[in-house]
Amino acid sequence: MKNLIAMKSFTATQRRQTWLHIVLFIIALFELKAFGFGNPANAKTTFGFTLAKEWVLIHTWIIGSATGSYLFSIIALIAAVVAITLIALKKRAGLATAVTGLALMMGFLCWAAAGKFIPLTGMLQGSLLLAVPLVFGSMSGLLSERSGVINIAIEGQLLAGAFASGVVASLTHKSALGLLVAPLAGALISLLLATFAIKFSVDQVILGFVLNVLVIGLTDFLYKKLLIPYQTTWNSGPSFSRIEIPLIGKLPIIGPIFFNQTLIVYLMYLIVVIITYSLFKTKWGLRTRAVGEHPTAADSVGIDVNKLRFRNVLIAGLVSGLGGAYFTIGSTGSFSKEMTSGAGFIALAALIFGKWTPMGAVSAALLFGFADNLQGTLSIIGVSIPSEFMLMVPYIATIIAVSGLVGRVRAPKADGIHYSRGGSH
Amino acid sequence: MSLELKGITKSFGSLLANDSIDLSVGDGEILAILGENGAGKSTLMNIVYGLLQPDAGEIRVNGQLVSINEPSDALAAGIGMVHQHFMLIPVFTVLENIVLGHEATSKLGKLDLTSARAKLLALAKDFGFVIDPDALVESLPVGVQQRVEILKALMYDAKVLILDEPTAVLTPQETDELLEVIRRLRTQGTSIIFISHKLREVKAIANRISVIRRGKVVGSAEPSASQEELASLMVGRPVNLAPDKTPHTIGEVILHVKDLTISDATGRALVKDVSFDVRGGEVLAIAGVQGNGQSELAQSIINLEPHVVGSMTLEGRELVGMSVHQSLHEGIAFIPESRELDGLISSFSIADNLILDTHREKPYAKGITLSPREVFAEAEVKAKEFDIRAQSIKDPASSLSGGNKQKVVLARELSRPVKLLVASQPTRGLDVGSIEFVHERILAERDAGRAVLLFSTELDEVLALADRIAVMYAGKILAIVDSGVTREKLGLLMAGVVE
Repeated sequence: MKNLIAMKSFTATQRRQTWLHIVLFIIALFELKAFGFGNPANAKTTFGFTLAKEWVLIHTWIIGSATGSYLFSIIALIAAVVAITLIALKKRAGLATAVTGLALMMGFLCWAAAGKFIPLTGMLQGSLLLAVPLVFGSMSGLLSERSGVINIAIEGQLLAGAFASGVVASLTHKSALGLLVAPLAGALISLLLATFAIKFSVDQVILGFVLNVLVIGLTDFLYKKLLIPYQTTWNSGPSFSRIEIPLIGKLPIIGPIFFNQTLIVYLMYLIVVIITYSLFKTKWGLRTRAVGEHPTAADSVGIDVNKLRFRNVLIAGLVSGLGGAYFTIGSTGSFSKEMTSGAGFIALAALIFGKWTPMGAVSAALLFGFADNLQGTLSIIGVSIPSEFMLMVPYIATIIAVSGLVGRVRAPKADGIHYSRGGSH
Repeated sequence: MSLELKGITKSFGSLLANDSIDLSVGDGEILAILGENGAGKSTLMNIVYGLLQPDAGEIRVNGQLVSINEPSDALAAGIGMVHQHFMLIPVFTVLENIVLGHEATSKLGKLDLTSARAKLLALAKDFGFVIDPDALVESLPVGVQQRVEILKALMYDAKVLILDEPTAVLTPQETDELLEVIRRLRTQGTSIIFISHKLREVKAIANRISVIRRGKVVGSAEPSASQEELASLMVGRPVNLAPDKTPHTIGEVILHVKDLTISDATGRALVKDVSFDVRGGEVLAIAGVQGNGQSELAQSIINLEPHVVGSMTLEGRELVGMSVHQSLHEGIAFIPESRELDGLISSFSIADNLILDTHREKPYAKGITLSPREVFAEAEVKAKEFDIRAQSIKDPASSLSGGNKQKVVLARELSRPVKLLVASQPTRGLDVGSIEFVHERILAERDAGRAVLLFSTELDEVLALADRIAVMYAGKILAIVDSGVTREKLGLLMAGVVE
């Protein structure tokens, strides 16, 4: 209560974070009451930790459902109080927040899966997979927006990449060829975006939106006219199988989640590392950030603003096009209508949630992937919550996280603003 | 190094911004280019720096013809520029800003800042600047940011340095320091082009003065010329630099401000515990360097600021908590800092802009519709009274010159019954003729017994108009002094120094 009274002298960030933790505290209280005490006394929840042939640290963990909820909600309560105290003392509360969230999640799982089996490692592995297109998409957005061009067309680029790679792999029976054309398809959309946005200064948001509609319409049409009637030649491509990395792939829990994945996931790791390094450590990165913040200043020291933007938008298209390959050759091999189903927009949300930083965007994408997969897993094991509500979980989690943790985000200053010399006249 | 411009001509549509301009600056010389806003000074310098291409004319460096198509060509030719609006990236460090465009890299394309850092520190030491290469530019005071700009130019061996309105954002002390730096650069052989409309500085620093008016070089002058001579050359007619101020008769307290604190959205106080009175028949000027809380204080008077604590009364009636509409109708005329952004709706006609505040009243409103005839009739009257020069009052406000835009704002604000006039930077960016007009109107309000609260960063304006001067620094009023104060004392106060 003392903290609450003292809130008057808080900054907006402190106030916002405090409110977030008060909300988490109340959720934990609710969990304690409803799940801890209101659970069938003798039901047990089983967590599974092994997936395949990795080294075994622990096979399964069985805990009384009520005990688990009780235990974890108390941990969450304590962690929330610790976090509020830390915020009041103007210290970093990130760890305490993470513990609060994690404990809340575990307490919920103990209750939700009472008498059932939850494959925890499998769930995390699936979360990573669902995050793959989001990571590719947000990296694409990052490349483009850090240099000052808004990329709403991520959805279209993903879809174009998915379509092109699926079709090419199916026609040639070579998934490697599919992987090669996917980025090109994305870059083609980028070429349109860059040409109209940079050369002809068309409004970037409207343009991106139109490009999405264009790709959706085009792929829908071709899907109906080609892929359905001639399915065996056009839409039954091969797909990548999992590759286990020697040694680290065998590590318990971590191994199967991160190091027993398809080629596309490994490419994703590589791209994230390269982009993070390049953006902050190289000449290209410095210039990209300069152009996205203050293009006139960059121009005044001899940097060709529009050329750099053009190039970055093209690279962005390559990245999201590659991400599109995940939907086809990265999973089942076949294309289906509008199969990206909004991933491009969620990737954009991840980018904003991650404050336009590579690591932030990746973390946000993972969080979204997890929320999405949790919903899927719970409905498969048959939890007694209507599936419509479960579908809302990822979005509610996003709103809570964005409003409580991120607050007002600062976009690159020149994001979306066309640059031309003497534009001030 | 010498720089010579011959017959530089540039037009934007029908506007001839530069009309066959000839200029030259010699080795180790300071050439001042004097001209009003819109005279074509910045266009000319942007041509020299490669940001604009001339329609005709040539540029010679040391007698050699050079073609400058890009800023990089200018840099290569030894021409550096310190822009009026700094070309620095606020979220970058000093060092990152310095290397941008000239980056050295080591293996894996990694940025290599070590040699640039050493060179920067050595250069800064030469000039006696204290600069932290790793400080974020946005965290630095404006004067220091400008030094970063100068160092940036010198780092890449600029032999001709163009300074575009460099003192616009500086305190008087910072200005003096800058002039000192410029003199030191000259002794080291750097040629300087110093662009300004401030007569005092131009006289203090220049070896030669060239005057530009409406895109043409209209003459040159020696620094020994009087300010009046320079001003009439700049404007093209005799001007009266000091408005005639009659002795005033002080009336009752009109505006009473007590313990006013204004915060931003994050809870940071921008104006701290400010108290003062303004009486009828006097001009109280709030002086200070830009960004010390004046904007917020000005806006709070008509309740445009959301986080205000304290009290503000107009003839005894509490203003804090009123709506903007109510505050205006209590008898406040408000001239906002930016006439383009806050004073006018640029795409609306002049006539519509004149009734922005009264559009819901008779005779302009009839039921739920406007009565265009009344609106236009009123606009014609106002245009005559305030000498608004426009082709038609139905033209959009954006078609007007700066001075005429300000006249529209004045005309609208002074049409209501006024007890208090709040004028925030009323002459910023205006030509000398318009400044005269605005000053006369402000003094006319004072002489009619109204209270005037003037916010200005221009020392000359403050000294010319004010009866009393309050100096704001870091959100506080440091002192309220009589108008007989010396420039030096005022300058020190503006820099936060209280003896």
